[in-house]
Parts: sequence; structure tokens; C-alpha cells
Amino acid sequence: MTDATAGLHVKSISCTRGYRDLFSDLDFQLCPGQVLRVEGKNGSGKTSLLRIMAGLAQPLEGEVLWQGRKIHHTESDYLENLLFLGHRAAIKYELTPLENLCMARSLQGCKTDNGIEDALSKVGLLGFEEIPCGQLSAGQKRRVALAQLFLTRASCWILDEPYTSLDVIAVAMLEQCFTEHINNGGMLVITSHQPVTLQAGEQHRLVLPKTQLETLP
Amino acid sequence: MSISGRSPSSFAAFISLIKRDLMLSYRHRNELLNPLLFFVIVVTLFPLGVSPEKTLLQTMAPGVIWVAALLAAMLSLDTLFKSDYEDGTLEQMMLSPHSNALLVLAKIISHWLVTGVPIILLAPLLGLFMFMPAGGISTLMLTLLLGTPILSLVGAIGMALTLGLNRGGMLLSLLVLPLYIPVLIFSANAVDTSMAGLEIKGQIYFLSALLVLSITLAPLAAATALKISVE
Repeated sequence: MTDATAGLHVKSISCTRGYRDLFSDLDFQLCPGQVLRVEGKNGSGKTSLLRIMAGLAQPLEGEVLWQGRKIHHTESDYLENLLFLGHRAAIKYELTPLENLCMARSLQGCKTDNGIEDALSKVGLLGFEEIPCGQLSAGQKRRVALAQLFLTRASCWILDEPYTSLDVIAVAMLEQCFTEHINNGGMLVITSHQPVTLQAGEQHRLVLPKTQLETLP
Repeated sequence: MSISGRSPSSFAAFISLIKRDLMLSYRHRNELLNPLLFFVIVVTLFPLGVSPEKTLLQTMAPGVIWVAALLAAMLSLDTLFKSDYEDGTLEQMMLSPHSNALLVLAKIISHWLVTGVPIILLAPLLGLFMFMPAGGISTLMLTLLLGTPILSLVGAIGMALTLGLNRGGMLLSLLVLPLYIPVLIFSANAVDTSMAGLEIKGQIYFLSALLVLSITLAPLAAATALKISVE
């Protein structure tokens, strides 16, 4: 096994929703170059787990460690390395894709050499830069949010249902992007109801409410 | 990861958040008009409802204008975090490596620029409606200049706390109104006193102290409350 303090360590966490236990005593570690696919039925706690891992929610018990330190202690170091995209895409309908991404980038606080227009062309939105996002289709809005993947320097990506309302081409583009990220030593946590085919890295699968990680061939 | 590299970009995020919020308000100009219209209508209805008599209106003017400004400020609070909460921008703000309090302060400042400043600018006109003397009007503007930021700052805490609730409106007024009352008392009293030709230093000092206190503490409190609301 790799260094015990590398990457993201989820240490025996439990989570409840109302009076229902979603999962308990979940314990695993995600190292650079690894992919974790979180699966499970609707309502099995995938989003709750991802939000706990991002530090947006508190687990009932247990803790999440980043490089051996609690994420709330190393907060800004973890947050600089984290990219979380949830169900709600954080896209303002009144703003254009360019303006939306400008804001997202300055919030994340990382300066990259990749230009925003470059990222938009990679997600196939060239020619839509100046159109308010409210006039774009659901899939195009999703693409605007996903363009952040090309702008960020974060090493740990936590993506909740990134494939929602994307077409086949966009899914292929996204998988290409994931493969590159993993090959560069990034980490990826992803939930999806669609099959994910990545040709890179060490892949693990967690099927909630089971707490055992399966390693995929 | 370098701490030295972080502070300038924090400031850049602060500025770009203010810019973005101003741009959003500009594209939603109609929503901004509501609290302002409310402010103007309430004050203009008083002479019609009570009496157009000059001395009576003059004595009522500071209180009426300030109460209307306070209620207009409360009406406008609704737009402060709501849309960011609904579309997930707030989550991204909480996950930003920048200080959350700083980002919240940016949001409050831009909110004040589009709701508080127009109230200050409209106040002289309403003062004239109420037969206020020039000295009274300038004190009115001064108290509004010191007071409306306090309303936005304190209101932000209440708004942040009630964000996750379905019907937070009622609770918001209950939480925020008691905290608004000192501002109302000192401001209306300052305008009254200055119209009587007396010294108003005391009230102004008090308002300034309240402003400093709320600038330092309210963003911290609101950021913590937002964290809880987002969860």
C-alpha cells in the first residue's frame, strides 16, 4: 500500500438522514492516480458521501483527512486542491459562459495559463461565449460547468453525476479529460448511473450501502 | 499553496465578486425597484393619510423616513443570498480557498451599493416632501450613510440563518428587527435634534461605533451561518 498520509483518507465515517442510517463505518483511502466510483440506488447516500468528502457536510461520526490532516484544519490547502461539482451547477443564467467561468476561476483562487476561451472550445461551446446561459440548453449549461475541469489546477476532483444531460460526444470528451487527469496523478471521485469507462489509473468501486471497496480490473 | 500568493488573489476574488453581483443586479434592474418604490410610496402617503399640515409633517419626518428606509432595507434582504443558494454558487463560495467572511463582505457591499445607496440618494427628495429644513436633510443623509450599511450587514446574518428554511420571512423579521431598533432610535433622534438646532455628535458617534462593530463581526457571523445553511 502507498504512503498512509497521501491523498484523501475517509476515516470510519457514518451518516444519517433523518432517522435512517445511510452508511456507517465507511473507511477508505484515495491516493493520487486513483479513481473512485460511488454507486448505489437513488437515496443510498452517494451525494451525502461526496458532500462530506468535500467538507460541505459533517459526518455523524468519523473524519476526513487530507494528506494526513483533518480537512477542516488544513482547510485552505485542501480547498485549493479540491474541485467539487454538485447537482447544482453554480451557473448564473443571467451571465454568459465567459463571465460564469471568470467568477468560478477567481473563487477557486488558482491562476492557470489555460485561457477560458480555450476551455470553452474544448467543451464545444465556441461561439456561445457571449450568450447568456439562460438561453443555452441543459446540456450546454452542464458543459459550461464542466469547462472548469480544464481551468483548474486542483488535484482532487469530486464530481456528482457529471454526465447528467450530456450527449455521447460530451461524455467521450469528459472521459478523455478524466484519463488525462488521472495520468497526471490526479484523484477522481465520481458518481454516475451511466457506465464509466476509463483506461487509466487504479479504479475502485464503492457500492453503497456496502462499505467494502472493490478494486476493478 | 504559498501563503504570499494567496492574499492578492483573495482581493481579486473580492473585487470580482462585487463586480459580478453588480452586473447581476444590473441585469435584474426591475427587482431593485421594488424596495425603492416601497420607500417612496410609504413616505408620500403620509401627508395624504395624516394631514398636509407643515409643522405636523416636519415633526414626523425623521421617524417616517427612517422607518420606511428600514422596512425597504428589510424587503431587499431577500435577494442577498437566495439565488446563490439555489443555484449552488454558495457551495462554491464555501469551498473557495479564500476567506468566507471576505466573500460574504463582498456580497454585502454590492447589496448595499444597489439598495442602500439609492435610498440615501432619494432621501433628500422625500425630506422636501415632508417640509424638512436643509440642515435636517443633510443630517438625514448622514445618518442614512452610516445606518444603511448596518442594516445590510445585520440583515445578512439574519438572512444567512434563515436561508435553508422554507418560510424564513417571518423568522427573519423577528431576528433582525430588534437589532435594527438601536439604529432607528439613534438616527431618527439625530435628525430630530439637528432640526431643533442642537449638537448631534453623540448620536453620530454611536452610529459610527455600531457600523464599525457590524463591519467587523457581521461578515464572520454571516459566513458561519451560511456554512450551516449550506449543509
